Amino acid sequence: MRFVNGFTVLLLFQLIGDAVAHLLRLSIPGAVLGMAFLFVSLLLRQRVSKSLELASTGLLSHLSLLFVPAGVGVIAQFSRIANEWLPISIALVLSTLITMAATAAIMQVTKRFSRQQVVS
Amino acid sequence: MSHTPIAIATNATALDFAGTWAYLSNSPLLGITTTLVAYSLCYRLYSRSHQNPWLNPVITTVATIICFLLLTHTSYEAYFAGGQFIHFLLGPATVALAVPLYRQCSKIRKLWLPMLLTLISGVTIAALSAVTISWVLGASAQTQLSLAPKSATAPVAMDISAQIGGLPSLTAVLVVTTGIIGSVVSTQLFKIMRITDDNIKGIAMGITAHGIGTARAFQISPEMGAFAGLAMALSAFATAVIVPSLLQLLGLI
Repeated sequence: MRFVNGFTVLLLFQLIGDAVAHLLRLSIPGAVLGMAFLFVSLLLRQRVSKSLELASTGLLSHLSLLFVPAGVGVIAQFSRIANEWLPISIALVLSTLITMAATAAIMQVTKRFSRQQVVS
Repeated sequence: MSHTPIAIATNATALDFAGTWAYLSNSPLLGITTTLVAYSLCYRLYSRSHQNPWLNPVITTVATIICFLLLTHTSYEAYFAGGQFIHFLLGPATVALAVPLYRQCSKIRKLWLPMLLTLISGVTIAALSAVTISWVLGASAQTQLSLAPKSATAPVAMDISAQIGGLPSLTAVLVVTTGIIGSVVSTQLFKIMRITDDNIKGIAMGITAHGIGTARAFQISPEMGAFAGLAMALSAFATAVIVPSLLQLLGLI
């Protein structure tokens, strides 16, 4: 029953997120808003209930499985990928390298800077 | 007398086989079961290989199911009639990311300013570099848009992709591939850049390579994993906020 309760909480927050995103015509997906709402509610309550813990660990530990049906949809994109495999693969490799190097460098510099500020 | 049962058996197969298959391939049960069986086999292969990033279960499972669909001449629509039930769980899974985020809250408080700056610039760089490089190399507009949210975790990236006019299914594959590339290159890249701080490495992994990068980071150290998970959740949110407006600003959508 605990898992069901936790799962219900997750669905409720997604539902609220969807409703708010739709009402206010936001460009943020409802599930992401739901995540933000749940995060705020956890901050206010200062604890994670056993049931929510159970449901979230259950879903997140096999997150990879949940991507599969959408990934299989690439079967319909075969011709696109066959035509554009070169720009797609170069963009993926280069962009991943650039992003990882840039975020690591920026984090290193800003972290050092904020530490210096705290010290001084 | 002795060959009568055989005759009945052949007869029964001949009568039922095509009909049973037609019946099964129209029921959602086939899609769900195929997905779970393929995943559990591929996941076993992945664990046996000591979690080799090239054998990431998403890629191997998707490849296995595609082979199965092609061999049995099953359409994607027929498969997705069952697959949609698993697909649906991406929504609550995204909401569930709030839990690990809350757990890392004390660490966020200490590093919030550097993290915020890194997050905003990282998400922008990820989207801009992917769109620009693919545009320069002559990819179609729809492919460029499908590439834009590729560093966010799949459920969020697919939502954004649908919203900005990309193809969610293409984005799903691009997201997974990005995660795999990120996990494979990270160790070498950090070595060249002489970065040893696990906080920094984790954050770079989470922003660039989302859940797959986070899984890899946890293998290196628990602290790196925690920071990667945190960065993944934050960048999911930041991507949803920044990327659509960024593309609008650039006049791409």
